[in-house]
Amino acid sequence: MKKIATGNKAVAEAVKQANPTVVAAYPITPQTEIVEQIAEFVTSGQMPARYIAVESEHSAMAACIGASITGIRTFTATSSHGLLYMHEMTNWAAGARLPIVMANVNRSLGPGWNIWAEHTDALQERDTGWLQVYVSTVQEAYDATLMAFRIAEHNDVLLPVMVNLDGFLLSHIMQPVDTVELGDFIPKIHLPHAIDPKHPAGYGTLTGPDQQFKFRWEIERSMRDSVKVIEETEKEFAKRFGRKYGFTENYRCEDADVIVIAMGTLGKEAEVAVDLLRNEGIKAGSMRIRWLRPFPKLDLKGKEVVVIDRDYSFGFGGILAGEIRSKTGISLYSVIAGLGGQEVTYDDIADFVRTRRTGEEFWFGVNAHV
Amino acid sequence: MLKCTSACAGCSDSLALRYVLKAAGPDTVMVVPACCTSVIQGIYPNTAFNVPVYNIAFGAAAACASGMSNAFRAEGKKTNVIVYAGDGGTLDIGIQAMSGAFERGTDFLYICYDNEAYGNTGMQRSGGTPMGAKTTTTPTGKTDAKKDIDAIVAAHDPPYMATACAAYPQDIFKKVQKALTFRGPTFLHILAPCPPGWRYPTEKTVEMGKLAVKSGMWVLYEREYGKVTIGPQSKVAMKKPIPLEDYLSPQGRFKGIDPKIVEILKQRITKNFQRLAAEEEASA
Repeated sequence: MKKIATGNKAVAEAVKQANPTVVAAYPITPQTEIVEQIAEFVTSGQMPARYIAVESEHSAMAACIGASITGIRTFTATSSHGLLYMHEMTNWAAGARLPIVMANVNRSLGPGWNIWAEHTDALQERDTGWLQVYVSTVQEAYDATLMAFRIAEHNDVLLPVMVNLDGFLLSHIMQPVDTVELGDFIPKIHLPHAIDPKHPAGYGTLTGPDQQFKFRWEIERSMRDSVKVIEETEKEFAKRFGRKYGFTENYRCEDADVIVIAMGTLGKEAEVAVDLLRNEGIKAGSMRIRWLRPFPKLDLKGKEVVVIDRDYSFGFGGILAGEIRSKTGISLYSVIAGLGGQEVTYDDIADFVRTRRTGEEFWFGVNAHV
Repeated sequence: MLKCTSACAGCSDSLALRYVLKAAGPDTVMVVPACCTSVIQGIYPNTAFNVPVYNIAFGAAAACASGMSNAFRAEGKKTNVIVYAGDGGTLDIGIQAMSGAFERGTDFLYICYDNEAYGNTGMQRSGGTPMGAKTTTTPTGKTDAKKDIDAIVAAHDPPYMATACAAYPQDIFKKVQKALTFRGPTFLHILAPCPPGWRYPTEKTVEMGKLAVKSGMWVLYEREYGKVTIGPQSKVAMKKPIPLEDYLSPQGRFKGIDPKIVEILKQRITKNFQRLAAEEEASA
C-alpha cells in the first residue's frame, strides 16, 4: 500500500508489522517520533506488544536484553547520546547473542548541543558485534527494518542489528513508502539459548581466557556467516516485494574512472552529482555503502576514489575512509563533510570530484586541505 | 543452590542465597549484576545455582529484570524474576535503574544483600558503608553516613518491602515467600556480614548478624501497603539494645574508631528506632 511517511513513521510501521513482544525505549531527538508512534500503536491496540517506558537508554537496552533472553522479539530506537549512553549494553547484547533490532537516527554528539545528522554516533559502535546498515530513503528505512528482524533472528546470525537513518534529512522528511503484506517473511523467532527454568543454566558467569576467546570467535564467525544470510534475505525480499538491495548500491560504476563513496542520504545525493559530472564528460560513479558491519568486499581496482565522511576519528581521519583504505589498500581522496548537519548538495559533491587530490584530506566545513 | 560454591569461608551471602532460593522455588530466574554473587556461582561451564541465573552489567539489573518480567508476563508465564544485587549495585550504580523499575510497577522481587562495601573488588567504600568503617578507599574510616536506601525505596510506595539479616534464616525464608505473593515490585534488604571485609573470624558470621540487630545498627521490619511492622528481634533491641561497642569491637573495620563517631552512630540508632516506632504507630 502506498503512503507518504517520514523516515521515523516508516520505521515504526515496519516494527508494527514485525510485531515484537517487548519494546523498551527512551525519547531523544530526532528519534522520538519512532517510539511515540509505537506507543500510539500499542495504546490503540494496533500492536499487542508491551511498551516499557524506561528511565534511560542504558535501561532501554538492558530491558531489551532481559526480554530477549526469554526468547521473544524485541525492538528499541535511539540516537546520538542515547546510543552512547547504552554503549555498555550494546556490547552486552551482542556478546549475549541476542537478536535485538534497533533503529538509530544518526545525530551529532555534544558539546555543543547539535541535533543534526552525523554518523559518528553509530560509528563509535562499530566494534560491538552489531550488524549495521545505513539507509538513504524512507522506503529503504522501512524495508531495512523489516529485513533486520529476519537477519538478526536467523540462527546462523543471532546478533543484534542496527538500522541507521540520517537525523532530520531522513527521520523528518516525507517521501512515498510502499508497505508490504508481510506474510511469513519474518519466521517465528527461535532463540536456542532462551532462558528456561526447567533447564537451569548460568548466563554470562565467570569465564576463563580459553572459553572467552572461543566466545569472541563465535561472534566473528556469525558475523561472517551473516553475509550469506543478508544476501539470502535481500534476495527473498526482492522476490516477494520487488525491491532490490545489496551490501552497496552502485550507480554508474562499471565504466567509471572515479567513484564517490558515502553512506546514508549523502550516498543518494552523490548519484545526482554523478549525472552532473557525466554531462561534463567526467566518467564518475557512486557507491553507497549500505552495510558497514559486516563490511562489504569492495572492488575498486583501477578507479580513483573520493570518500565522503559525515564523521571523524580525531587523530586518525575519516572513519569510512579509514575502513576502505584498510580493507582495499588503495589511496583515496578523503572529504570530511556534513558534520553537525552541515548542508552538502550534489553540486558540492560534484566539486569534490572535480577538485579531487588523491592522498589528501579535505575539511569541507572549514574549506581546508589538511 | 547446589553444594560447593566459590564463596569465601564464612560468607553470609551464601547463607542468605540458600534461603532465598529455597523460598522462591524452581520457577524462578535470578538476575545478578556484578557483585560477590557473580563469583559465588563458580566458573563457566559450571554453576552452583539450580535456577537460571542471568548475569548482567553492574548498573543494569533492575532494567534487565524489568524486560524479563514483561516478556514472561506477555507470554502468560508466572516465573518469579528476582534481582539479587549487592549494596554497590543497588545503592550506588544501580539506583537509577532500580528507581525506574519500581516507578513502572515492574512485577519482580528486588533483593539487596548488603555487606556494606564493594566486596568483590576488595572492600572499597560504597553508599552502604556505615560511618566510621575502614575500607580500602576510606583507610581512616568513612566520614559520611550510610545511605538510607529503604527510605528511598519506600518513597516509591511498593506493595511490600522488608529488611532481613543473614543471621535469621527463617525470617528471610518467610519474607521471600511473602514478597513473591504480591504483584508489582517488592524489595528485600538483607544485611550480609562479611568476614574478610569486616575483619572478624569466619565462624562469627551468624553472631555478627545477630549483634547488628541486637545493637540496633540493623532493624528488622516490614512495610506492607505502607503499614510498618517491626520484627520481634528488633522490638527487643528497641527496648534494651546491647552496647554498640559489643557490635563494633569484634570487627577490624571499626578498630580505632573515633569516640565521636560512635556517639553519632548511637544517636542515629536512637533516631532510627524512634522514626520506625512512630511510623509503626501511625500506620497501625
